Amino acid sequence: MTTTAIEKTGGRSGQRHTPGTAPRKRRPGRLRALGLPYLLLLPALLLELLVHLVPMVIGIVMSFRELTQFFIRDWTSAPWAGLDNYAVSVDFDAPVGEALLASFFTTCLFTLCSVGLCWLLGTAAAIFMQETFRGRGFLRALFLVPYALPVYAAVITWAFMFQRDNGLVNHVLHDQLGIGDSPAFWLIGDNAFVTLLVVSVWKGWPFAFLIMMAGLQNIPKEIYEAAALDGAGVWQQIRRITLPSLRPVNQVLILVLFLWTFNDFNTPFVLFGKAAPESADLISLHIYQSSFQTWNFGTGSAMSVLLLLFLLVVTGGYLLLTTRGRKASDV
Amino acid sequence: MRRIRAAAVGAVTLSLVLSAAACGGGTTDGAGSNSQPKTLTYWASNQGASLEVDKKVLQPELDKFEKETGIKVKLEVVPWSDLLNRILTATTSGQGPDVLNIGNTWSASLQASGALLPWDAKNFEKIGGKDRFVDSALGSTGVQGQDPAAVPLYSMAYALYYNKKMFKDAGVEKPPATWDEVIATGKKITGGGGSGIGVEGSNLSNNIHQVFVLGKQHGADFFTPDGKAEFTSDGAVAAVKQYVDLMATHRIVAPGNAEYAQNQSLSDFAKNKTAMVLWQTASATFKAQGMNDDEWGVAPAPVPSGVPGTGKATNSMVAGINLAVFKNTKNIDGAMKFVNFMTGDAEQKILNTAYGSIPPVKSAQQDPAFSAPALAVLRETLATSAAALPQVPEESQFETVVGTAVKELFADAAAGRAVTTESVRAKLEKAQQQMPKK
Repeated sequence: MTTTAIEKTGGRSGQRHTPGTAPRKRRPGRLRALGLPYLLLLPALLLELLVHLVPMVIGIVMSFRELTQFFIRDWTSAPWAGLDNYAVSVDFDAPVGEALLASFFTTCLFTLCSVGLCWLLGTAAAIFMQETFRGRGFLRALFLVPYALPVYAAVITWAFMFQRDNGLVNHVLHDQLGIGDSPAFWLIGDNAFVTLLVVSVWKGWPFAFLIMMAGLQNIPKEIYEAAALDGAGVWQQIRRITLPSLRPVNQVLILVLFLWTFNDFNTPFVLFGKAAPESADLISLHIYQSSFQTWNFGTGSAMSVLLLLFLLVVTGGYLLLTTRGRKASDV
Repeated sequence: MRRIRAAAVGAVTLSLVLSAAACGGGTTDGAGSNSQPKTLTYWASNQGASLEVDKKVLQPELDKFEKETGIKVKLEVVPWSDLLNRILTATTSGQGPDVLNIGNTWSASLQASGALLPWDAKNFEKIGGKDRFVDSALGSTGVQGQDPAAVPLYSMAYALYYNKKMFKDAGVEKPPATWDEVIATGKKITGGGGSGIGVEGSNLSNNIHQVFVLGKQHGADFFTPDGKAEFTSDGAVAAVKQYVDLMATHRIVAPGNAEYAQNQSLSDFAKNKTAMVLWQTASATFKAQGMNDDEWGVAPAPVPSGVPGTGKATNSMVAGINLAVFKNTKNIDGAMKFVNFMTGDAEQKILNTAYGSIPPVKSAQQDPAFSAPALAVLRETLATSAAALPQVPEESQFETVVGTAVKELFADAAAGRAVTTESVRAKLEKAQQQMPKK
């Protein structure tokens, strides 16, 4: 390995030392060198095509068809529906559209709360963990446990804990602390939103913590020392040094958390089963129910495409805003 | 340089393989073939107390079949939560099992998808003719007037199971026969600390089974004779309200039952917390929960008045499992032989005994093994007072939307909110509007 590397660099530097010698001869070589990266990228591109783009395109095509149970065996025979599936999805006066809109707002609220809490917890923990103290390594590992656990196993455990009659949560809240006259329901009714939020934050914040820790490692210690000499307190150091330095990290972190949370399917599905309570009817589960449960894959696809468009717009807008802001601050 | 060339060659090869894999997807050609005559794949539904129990019951029988025919059957027991999705996926991809169990209420929905081999006279001939099966079971194999999409395998019916100890403690002498008696009995028991009757409020299918029967008792079907959804008729509203009122008004169902979906009501029953459940073939589960057979009793499910019969005296759905052949099978002859084997008298006796169900095959049903008191109730119900769920292609949508409506109403009742005729009607109205337009 080392020998080839040396040979390679040696060869290249040799070429550099003799510019202009037989340039015509080298042209096919340069062409080859230009093509090589693309050639090496080809498998990844094809995989990307196979795993992401082709199913996406098929989904988009499906959204224009009347793909119900009568045609799933050979879906190319399903009649074209034009924009009917979209019309049904966005007719907010009719029950299907109304339910989709309600689910959309629920998801927005849920995402806002979940991402906010994940970020806050992750950042706070990461900042505290910058100090060296006994047991720091252990705590770091402990904090990352939710991130390392398989989602299904973890959420099933939560579902058990949130059961009304036999769950741990009510045992502690009601039986031991005596809160409320009767044990609360966590998996049905309005409390389901809180349940979902708790599990989602528990599952999501370690990622924020991990990324923030990595970000914090990159801030030079000297800046803090200088600030301390200038008389800045801890709070000021966090506000004036830590947070601005973490800006690029935050930018990506919040976007990724947003996309993951908005699209989360596993958590509500494992917690609530096929029919989520209205208070916790996240959009991905809602779409699943509108396609798999009612066997109407055309409408389900149309809803998915709408979701895709929304996420694209949000992501694009977010990136545009944040990069423009950064450029301005760079200047 | 050699290394780079090798990498380039590797990249090109990998790309070619990938594109070949992409193009060589599943083939959804027409009917089955006999290209793999030596093997069969069989998806069984979960009938026993666990998937393991099912494997233990079925494997010796499959070995027997292999000895007889030389065909090896690959068994997979699919949990109920996955089965329908697995079948849908297999239908779209064309890659599925050769033979599979389906819940009999799905027959018409799956029939519409065209995934299953239709059982015309010629096919029935290969398994001994249509006459071998009980009529009520054949009524749940697809849309009337079309060739059945599957053949009946196990039959079940709802009955009222009661906890003898709790009945004795509360001074209840005999199991209730009408709904009024159920409420009176339930109140007696609820007064003593336990709860009268259990429900699975978050289990959509179970909700449907119960409100369907209550609908019949109110003279309502959830579909018009020509197959249109009709969820908001007075009878349907009354049926749903009557079911939810067991918790909301009469308070003989513990509020916690609103979130039950995994047979928790049966564990409550076994722990002497709930005195009654309306269930199909609960005996195996009770045993698994540590209950002796003499600790529970079984009686016909309640009717409005009088004795169970047809029409408004219906007290159960025709529950059961059907056996279907996947149209894309690569071993159609073998699949036929397997269905013939599974519906033969000998296997029917063995399997239905193991699962506590009733054979839908007339000759096997006569066996004395199915005359034990618990089974006699189920058999009698099937023969005289059970009705098939609507055999329409939209049945599975119906289960989803109306089952969800009932779940939400139970959630309201559990939270102490009033459940009124208007609120029930509004939920059912919403459910109906979610059904596909015809």
